[in-house]
Amino acid sequence: MLLETKISRRAFLQTTGALTFAFTFAGKATHALAQEGAAKFNAWVSIAPDGTITVMMPAAEMGQGSLTALPLILAEELDADWSKVTTQYAPPIPKIYGNYHPLFAGAMLTAASVSTPGYWMSMRMGGAQARRVLLDNVAQQWGVPVGELSTEPSMVVHQASGRKISYGEVIKFAKVPETPPQITEADLKKPAQFRLIGRADIPRTDVPSKTNGSAKYGIDVRLPGMLYASVLEAPYDGAKAAEVNSDAAMKVSGVKKVLSLPFGVAVLADSVHAANKGRRALKVKWDGGGNPNASFDSEKALAEYASHARDPNANAMTWFEKGDAKSALAGAAKTLQAEYSSVHCYHAQMEPMNCVARVAADGQSAEVWTGTQSTALAAFVASNVLKTTPDKIRVHQHLLGGGYGRRIWPDAVAQAVVLANITKEPVKLILTREDDLTAARPRPMTYHVMKAGFDGGGNLVAWHHRLAAENVDAVAAPPRFKATGGKDIIGWRGLEEPFYAVPNILADAVREQRGVRVHAWRGIGAGYNKFAAESFLDEIAAATGKDPLALRLELTRDHPRAQAVIKAVAEMAQWGKPRGKDRALGIAFSDYHESFSAGIAEISLDRKTGKIKVHDYWIAGDAGIVVQPENAHAQLESAVVYGLSSALTEELTYKDGAVQQSNFHDYQLMRMSDMPLIHTKVIVTDNAPTGLGELGVPTVAPAIGNAVFKLTGKRLRQLPMSASRVSATLKT
Amino acid sequence: MTKFVINGKETNSEQPGDTPLLWVIREELGLTGTKFGCGIAQCGACTVHVNGNPVRSCSTPVSAVAGKKITTIEGLSPSGDHPLQKAWVAKQVPQCGYCQSGQIMQAAALLAKNKSPTREQIVTHMNGNICRCGTYNRIVAAIQQAAKEA
Repeated sequence: MLLETKISRRAFLQTTGALTFAFTFAGKATHALAQEGAAKFNAWVSIAPDGTITVMMPAAEMGQGSLTALPLILAEELDADWSKVTTQYAPPIPKIYGNYHPLFAGAMLTAASVSTPGYWMSMRMGGAQARRVLLDNVAQQWGVPVGELSTEPSMVVHQASGRKISYGEVIKFAKVPETPPQITEADLKKPAQFRLIGRADIPRTDVPSKTNGSAKYGIDVRLPGMLYASVLEAPYDGAKAAEVNSDAAMKVSGVKKVLSLPFGVAVLADSVHAANKGRRALKVKWDGGGNPNASFDSEKALAEYASHARDPNANAMTWFEKGDAKSALAGAAKTLQAEYSSVHCYHAQMEPMNCVARVAADGQSAEVWTGTQSTALAAFVASNVLKTTPDKIRVHQHLLGGGYGRRIWPDAVAQAVVLANITKEPVKLILTREDDLTAARPRPMTYHVMKAGFDGGGNLVAWHHRLAAENVDAVAAPPRFKATGGKDIIGWRGLEEPFYAVPNILADAVREQRGVRVHAWRGIGAGYNKFAAESFLDEIAAATGKDPLALRLELTRDHPRAQAVIKAVAEMAQWGKPRGKDRALGIAFSDYHESFSAGIAEISLDRKTGKIKVHDYWIAGDAGIVVQPENAHAQLESAVVYGLSSALTEELTYKDGAVQQSNFHDYQLMRMSDMPLIHTKVIVTDNAPTGLGELGVPTVAPAIGNAVFKLTGKRLRQLPMSASRVSATLKT
Repeated sequence: MTKFVINGKETNSEQPGDTPLLWVIREELGLTGTKFGCGIAQCGACTVHVNGNPVRSCSTPVSAVAGKKITTIEGLSPSGDHPLQKAWVAKQVPQCGYCQSGQIMQAAALLAKNKSPTREQIVTHMNGNICRCGTYNRIVAAIQQAAKEA
C-alpha cells in the first residue's frame, strides 16, 4: 500500500489554487507540545513563552540534512532567531503532514529527493502564517496599525516608536484565532530578503551528536525486559521453511523460542549474542512451492531480458514519446544500435534493518521504535499485523543509519510487531548483516537496447531507448502502478529525454516479472538508464565525429539551465586541456526530478587487471534555490560516491531465488583508497528547490565508461565496470 | 564474568565469555555510540580502543579484554572536544552519521601514534572503515585539520 494518497492530486490543486493551502484545517490537529504554555499557531509551529520555537518535522533524517533544512525554511518566513528553533517529529498523519510534491501527492514519505521541494511551501506558509498572527497580536496590544510593524529575528518591531518585543513575550498575551489568517505566495519573502536560506555558515544541527556517540538511531533503543530477536530471513517471497531443525539453537544458553513464520525463522533470546548464535545453529530447508522466483537465476535471466529487449514484437509500454521515432528510424539514412546492461544492487545502509516493538496485552495497539523513511507506512503495516487501525500505533521515529530507499520498506517493523504480538513482551529485532543481504530489496537488473537514426547530413533525427526490467512500482507501490496502468515511475525514471533537441524520441519498456523484491535505490531508474543513454550518446558523438561536450551543448541548445551545468563542468575540468597518454576524460549530463547535473571523470586504467582508477570527478548541479549550501556540496559528493561504488564494484547475484552475497567481503563497496578527488559546483538559481540528494548519481557511470572509451577505444556496456569485465572487454 | 576498565570506570560483564565485546558495550552497558555494521570486522563501525589500539569490537570476545582498558566514542573526550571531534564538526563530515564513531576512533588511534600523518598514511590506516554516505574525502580533510591543530 505504499504511496497511497490520502488527498487526491485534484483536491490538492484546488486548495493551492485558492492559495489557502493546508493550514486552515490542519490547525486543528492534536499533538503533544513540548512546552507548557506554548502557543500553537498551526500544525507546523508553536512558540513557548521562553521564545523556544518548535517546528514539526514531517520527514526522516537519513543523512540528507532535512532535519536542519526544513525547520530553517519555516524559520525564514517566521523571521525566527535560528538559535531558538528546535524540532519534534510529526505524528504519522499524512492528511496533515503529507508531502504534496506531485510525485507523492500527499504521501508521508521521505524519498526521491523531494523533502525540501515537497515541504518548501508548507514550511514557508506555516512560518509566514505564524508571523502574521504575532504581528496582529502586537498591533492590537499596542494599538498601532499592523502595517507599521516589522520583524527582526524573533522580535516584533515598531519602527515609528522604537518599540520592540520578543516573540516569547508576545506569547504571554497572544491569541491564536480560530480561523488562522490566509497567507498567499505574495506574502512570502523574495529570495533577496532571505536571512537564513542560502547561508553557508549555518551548519547542520545533527552533526555534533554524530561525533560523540549521542545520536540515537533505531538500533540504539533499549527497553526494560525486552527480548532480542534474530531472524533467518526467507530467501525470497513465498519461501516456506519446510523443515526446521532447531535442536541446536534451543541448546544455546539464553535462547527462549524458535518460531517458524512466513518471513523466516525467528530466534528469541535474552541477548543479541544468544539470538545470533541460535540463528546460526538453525538448519532450515526452504520450499519454493513451485513459485517462479524460487528458481530465479540472475545470470540466466539477464540473457532473457536481452532477448525481450531486442524483440521488435515484445509487449512494450511507452514512457516518453516525441515525434515518430520508429518511422524516423525506418527512414534514416544511417542507423546505430547498441546494448547495455546493469546488475541488481544492494542498498548496504550501514545500520542493518531493525525495530523495537511493544504490543499491548489485548493485541489492539502497539508502539514501535525505529528509523524509517515513512512513519505513516510503519504505522500502516503494524496496524495490519494487529488487524487494527494506524492511529493505534505509536511510531517513535529515530535517526536513520542510512536509508537510500531501503528504509521505505517496513519489513523490519512488521516482523518486530508479529514477534511482540506473540510474546507480549517488548522485542528488539536486529537483522544480522547476512540476513540484511538475504532480505535485500535491490535496484533492478536491467537490459537496454538503444537505436539512433541519422539523416543524410549526419544529424541525429531519431532516438529509441528500450528497457527490459522488473518493475519497482509493481512491487513497492502497487496502488500507483495500477493507477498509471502499469508504468514504473521509479524504475523508468531517466528513460525520458526532455532536454535533447532530437525530433523523434521513443522510450519504452518491457516488463519482466520474476518476483525479485526490487525497490527504490538512490538515483532510482536514472542510475542505470542514464548509463545506457549517456554512453550511447557518446557512441553517437564518435560515430559522427563530434566532440562529446559539443554534441551535448548542441542538443541542449533550447534549455539554458541544462547548458549552464554542462558549460560549468567543462570549465571546472578544463575539458579541452590535453591529458597525459595514460589519462582520459569522459562527460555525461543528466536531469533528475527537474534538477540538472553534468559530470566529468578523469580516469586511468591498469590494463593488466582491468581496474579503473578514477582520479578526479567534477560535477555541477542546479537544483534551484539552495537552502543549505554546504550540505548541497556534501550531498553531491555523497551521491557521486554512491554512483562510483555501483559503477565500479557492486554486484548482487541470485541463484535458486536467493542472494548469493553475504557480507561486505563479497559485496564490495567503495573504500577510501579508491576515492577520487571530487569537485562540486552548486549553481544557485531563483527556481523553487528541486531534488538534490540523488542528483550526483546518474552521471557517474556513463562519464567513467566514456572516459575508458576515450582512453582505449573500447566501449564498456555492463555495470559494474569491474576489473574482470573491463579486462574481458579489453581483450575483444 | 569479565572485569575490565571502560572509559576509566571499572566494570564487570555478566555475559558469557564468547559474547562479542560490541554487544556487551551496547546492550549490557548501554554505550550505544559504538555501532554494529557487519559482525565480521569488514566495516569498522564497531571500532573501540583496547589498551589504546583500535579493535573491531564485533569480532572480539569479551573474555579477550579481561583486565584491559577500553575506550569508546563516549570516553574519547569527556566534553566531546577531542581535536578530531572538533574537526569533524568544522568539516561537516557526518551525513547519516552511523559509521562516524568508528571512523573517529580509528582516526584517533592513528593520531595518537603519528602526529602528522601523510594523506597516504591516513588512507592506509582508514581503509577498513566503510562510509556508505561517501564522506571519505571530508574524513581525510578533518584528520588533516585535527593533526594540524593538535
